[in-house]
Amino acid sequence: MTRKRHRLTPVVVAMGLLAGSPVLAEGKLNIYNWGNYTSPELIEKFKAEYDVDVTLDGYDSNETMLAKVKEGGTGYDIVVPGDYMIKVMIGEGLLAEIKPNEMENFKNLDPKWVDVWWDPGRSYSVPWQWGTTSFTVDTAVYKGDINTLALLFEPPDELKGRINMLNDMNDVINAGLRYLGYERCNGNVEELKQVTELLLNAKQHWRTMDYSTIEKLTSGDVDLSQNWNGAAMRAREQRPTLQYAYPKEGFTGWMDNVAVLSDAPNMENAKLFVNFIMAPENAAMISNFARYANGIKGSEAFMDEAMLSAPEIVMPADAPTPDFVQPCPQETVDLYNKIWTRLKQ
Amino acid sequence: MLAPVQDTSNETRLARARRLRDVEERRTRRFLLAPALLVIGIFGLFPLTISMLYSILTPGTYGGVTWKLSGEAYLQFLFERDIFDGSLSLSSTYLQIYGRSIGLALVATIGALILGFPTAYFIASKPREQRNIWLFLITLPFWTNLLIRTYAILLIIRDEGIINLGLMSVGVIETPLNILYTDGAVFIGLIYSYLPFMVLPLYASLEKLDFKLVEAAYDLYANRFQVLRRIIIPMAKPGIVAGCILVFIPGLGAYITPELLGGGKKLMIGNMIALQFGSSRNWPFGSAAALILMVVVMAALLIYVRNAGKQGAHHG
Amino acid sequence: MVDLSFRRRRMQDLRKQPGFDQIAIACMFVLYAPIVVLVVFSFNDNRSVVRWTEFSFRWYAAAFGNDGIRNATLVSFQVAAFATFFSVIFATMAALATTRTPAFRGQTAAYAIINQPLMVPEIVTAVATLSFFAILKRLTGVTGIGYLMVAHTVFCIPFAYMPIRARLEDMNLSLEQAAADLYATPLRVFWRVTLPLLLPGIFAGAMLAFVVSLDDVIITLLVAGPGETTLPIYILGQIRRGITPEINAVSTLLLGLTLIFVTLFFFLGRKRT
Repeated sequence: MTRKRHRLTPVVVAMGLLAGSPVLAEGKLNIYNWGNYTSPELIEKFKAEYDVDVTLDGYDSNETMLAKVKEGGTGYDIVVPGDYMIKVMIGEGLLAEIKPNEMENFKNLDPKWVDVWWDPGRSYSVPWQWGTTSFTVDTAVYKGDINTLALLFEPPDELKGRINMLNDMNDVINAGLRYLGYERCNGNVEELKQVTELLLNAKQHWRTMDYSTIEKLTSGDVDLSQNWNGAAMRAREQRPTLQYAYPKEGFTGWMDNVAVLSDAPNMENAKLFVNFIMAPENAAMISNFARYANGIKGSEAFMDEAMLSAPEIVMPADAPTPDFVQPCPQETVDLYNKIWTRLKQ
Repeated sequence: MLAPVQDTSNETRLARARRLRDVEERRTRRFLLAPALLVIGIFGLFPLTISMLYSILTPGTYGGVTWKLSGEAYLQFLFERDIFDGSLSLSSTYLQIYGRSIGLALVATIGALILGFPTAYFIASKPREQRNIWLFLITLPFWTNLLIRTYAILLIIRDEGIINLGLMSVGVIETPLNILYTDGAVFIGLIYSYLPFMVLPLYASLEKLDFKLVEAAYDLYANRFQVLRRIIIPMAKPGIVAGCILVFIPGLGAYITPELLGGGKKLMIGNMIALQFGSSRNWPFGSAAALILMVVVMAALLIYVRNAGKQGAHHG
Repeated sequence: MVDLSFRRRRMQDLRKQPGFDQIAIACMFVLYAPIVVLVVFSFNDNRSVVRWTEFSFRWYAAAFGNDGIRNATLVSFQVAAFATFFSVIFATMAALATTRTPAFRGQTAAYAIINQPLMVPEIVTAVATLSFFAILKRLTGVTGIGYLMVAHTVFCIPFAYMPIRARLEDMNLSLEQAAADLYATPLRVFWRVTLPLLLPGIFAGAMLAFVVSLDDVIITLLVAGPGETTLPIYILGQIRRGITPEINAVSTLLLGLTLIFVTLFFFLGRKRT
């Protein structure tokens, strides 16, 4: 800030004023979150409580956000990266060490989310929401046991040609690795070869590979779709025979976390916001809007009834533990990329 | 400039006048070209240079590049390092993706031309005061978002969509046609998305069509087809070319339409390149693939412009 | 009088090509079919844009109360208006310089440069522009929506240029020469003769530029700063969580408003003539 002020010529100041630049950023906060993921009531409440002007913009993927932030000077204060992306961004020095673990509301954080591999002890980030990536099946179409990845890779006749996979390299390949019982982030060439064959074989039974899972399921274009649990809940509300699977081979868990950029123009307001969302009633607002769990103790008291009983949100006791996948080394990503390109050739 | 030899003969004076005019013309031309070239030069060519640079560097961890020169990106395009033994072999993977995209863009261009030409002609032959209204009506659907429009198309062509229900109720077909999530759906989507890009330039050049020529041709007992082929189409040629370019090139890089309507099971150039900047984390390869595409398209275009220029000179 | 109207009718008739009118009408029908579907679904009670339940104004209320959508719509139109205005001016100037002249040195190069934004897949331009703008921001300290507007202007230029150039090509020089022979200054000739002749091309170019800017996703996604979300970016962010008919409601409102304006414009223009 101070360095910048020295260099400012009057012209630049004038232009900055015109453009509403963060040069005069008193009482502002710029949030960059996944699109349609932030509860408007939460923002309203924060505005009212702290008299801060908030702008909210959305991104479509961790990678888009990273590309922008890496170049610097985005003007954003708050970002909400996924677990692996937090680790990447800490490593690249893009996040400010704001010490949430010393904040007032940190006591509300569920202890199981404190010592996580992407931010041990929580010096940089706090949970926004977490969920799982598995799949949803219409139980009116397929009557058998749905808790197996075999439905994706060796589907029964009634599901052939009625399957949507996520258009996501990692989600598809990870599911394949789990089905064959291999490790994630796997550089083992022989094992990857088997995965490639598995995927190539299964592809003929897939109808589509697309992110818009809710539309696919509710319109009846497919009867099975790889899915996130919150989206699965929304789809079920419109097609009640859908059921979210907890495959015995395992499934992905993920957590999006609130963090502050190291070049945030409104650092103090950003810290206020981080503390703010750890209050149970505020965390509940987030969940009620986006339909995922939040990791704050006591937020259940403020949550919608529908969420507390939803089988997509409340995991059954016998389900495997969700697997939070670490970022893979570049050589592995290159191999994945080759498999993916061959799959979609 | 050479000092002109003083000569009072008419010929040299004429030459001098011509030279003066040339100088002035050049000045005007420079003035006219400056803004476009400057803006694109700074905000288009600079970024292009950056991506050229990217294409010869090494991928950074988690996206971006590291400053180490490498030709691997270009190598990767044509050859494949075998996943399993690391040996290089000629690979058709990317060529196949390019081939499919080019084919689809080409078919969509032809489709758009077949639909767009009569439409543009229809508008151009309307009374003058109505033309802008028609033109506006053609572009109005495109003021709504592409994604939303694509969802609407999806509703029309799905198995239980309007087309299938309609055809089945009339009894033309018994089982629904499977259009959605096929190349056919992508084709429909592309034509739809790019139709105005064809109609507008076509209209711009058809609008100045002199119908007296048409009349004269009829007086000479030409039939309608001959008139179309010998008079209307040649006059509309600049518009046809412009329209085809504006449909073909964006069609090549199309991204959302193939994904949503095609089902996303096959990669197109656009998705393949975007993937490199996303989860594949290989910016150099993404840049290289894009530059290769650009060179191919640019070369085709320049060859065309050269030839067209020569042709024009003949006419003149 | 009789003769004239006969002649006129004959002219009208001669202009017709068999099947062309039918194709054109079919074209309009096809263009508007999805729009009708979209408008219908804006009245859907359900939270889905693909499954109809019952009639409701619910999403109109929601759209009105949604700051995000309102801002995004405003930003979209601001940026598109700016980009259209400047790209059309620049493209018209460039088209005047590159057509109807004897070949000059650098003509091909000029043509290539003008069309360059069209040639490179958007994602690459987007990433490279992002880097370039970041450097500019660091050097000047200036931020703001100007960057987004300039980026849009750049890729709109070729779209505006193409129809204008197509219009100019083969256009007769004789009128302009006649005016010049009558001692009109070049500027006058341009305003009074060339520009009016060019207008249909300019109009077509402006329409294209506007639509292209309004629909841009990838470059905007990477270049936009805080508070600069456009409608397409807003919608893109919704894909994973399911798109709601709010967007349909906004689109319908926009369509309605535009139609009203155009109709007014049309009738006012008519009265004058």
